Amino acid sequence: MDKREEILLISGVDPKKCMRCGKCSATCPSYDEMEYHPHQFVYMVETGNIEPLLESKSLYKCLSCFACIERCPRDVEPAKLVEAVRLCAIRQKGANHIKAEDVPELVDEDTPQQLLMSVFRKYSK
Amino acid sequence: MKYSYFPGCTLKSKATELDKYARDCAAVLGFEMEEIENWQCCGGVYPMARDEIATKLSSVRALADAKAHGRKLLTLCSACHNVIKQVNNDILTDSDICSRANNYLKLDDPYNGETEVVHYLEVLRDEVGFGELKKAVKNPLKGKKIAAYYGCLLLRPGAVMAMDDPENPRIMEDLIRALGAEPVIYPQRNECCGGYLSLDDPEAVAKRRKKIADSAKEFGADMFITACPLCMYNLNKADSSVPVYYFTELLAEALGVKE
Repeated sequence: MDKREEILLISGVDPKKCMRCGKCSATCPSYDEMEYHPHQFVYMVETGNIEPLLESKSLYKCLSCFACIERCPRDVEPAKLVEAVRLCAIRQKGANHIKAEDVPELVDEDTPQQLLMSVFRKYSK
Repeated sequence: MKYSYFPGCTLKSKATELDKYARDCAAVLGFEMEEIENWQCCGGVYPMARDEIATKLSSVRALADAKAHGRKLLTLCSACHNVIKQVNNDILTDSDICSRANNYLKLDDPYNGETEVVHYLEVLRDEVGFGELKKAVKNPLKGKKIAAYYGCLLLRPGAVMAMDDPENPRIMEDLIRALGAEPVIYPQRNECCGGYLSLDDPEAVAKRRKKIADSAKEFGADMFITACPLCMYNLNKADSSVPVYYFTELLAEALGVKE
């Protein structure tokens, strides 16, 4: 299975539904942090231009806040595509974005467990 | 009414106030929260990929336990609520996920999405009623201008969470009114706080914090209330000018059960 097919399968997203209105990127709270924005993820997956996405830091900037999913007028669900591309990246051996040994110096006395759980769910396998 | 209560990891450690005040207030308001035995962490974030099963099983176990007791499953933490409710929706609407989850768990009684997931705020609105709650208030929070901070997890995706209008919610504002304070409506109330990015990119979260606090201040807020320990952590930093409280703490104050 090629990467594009895998991403479409595990995300359940049909990027052809996109009408390129850009609302997903306009509403994304991480827009400024991203090299590729949500609407670009949709277009690049649709056209099979996956490699730049797999190597991009943008994968780790999505907050899974569901704003793009809620506000897409065509029900494309861009965040599910971002999640699927990120999984394709971190499911490879040695590709975890964060490792347990990185954590001690990143936490402070108020860091909630919820933050650590979420980070490991999103950034490592 | 007795609920099967899922506290979640953070309410046992960094967010004990969210939990304690909720329990104290439930006792006054006449409903029971019985903690699910041996509950397991929800994972903090809903796994969106359709081939993820193991990461959904802790939610299914809790849901099946509530079903076995014939009760609704009660949550307090926005993240637990979001994860468990979305997983329940998967079980109800995706036969592939349902059968694979049941194959893993081998429950005596297969779980098919029977349990209703309710957030503590929904119990206040739909079971207690804000009118009745208002009558129970002993110390009205007069003169306080409170900005309800919903963040992302309580409301979205709206079709699944179905707590309130995801773009123009009112459940926390109605709670604030019932407690005798004045709600502040501001544009950033249902935008994300920066969530789990605070470990990997704290500068990005600092920008979100400033944007949200500036928005609330512009509309005259004295304080935020939230139901989410991660929103609390991200908004309540030293550089923030608007203090943040768990909604249960103000509820306890108004009901006169806060020591």
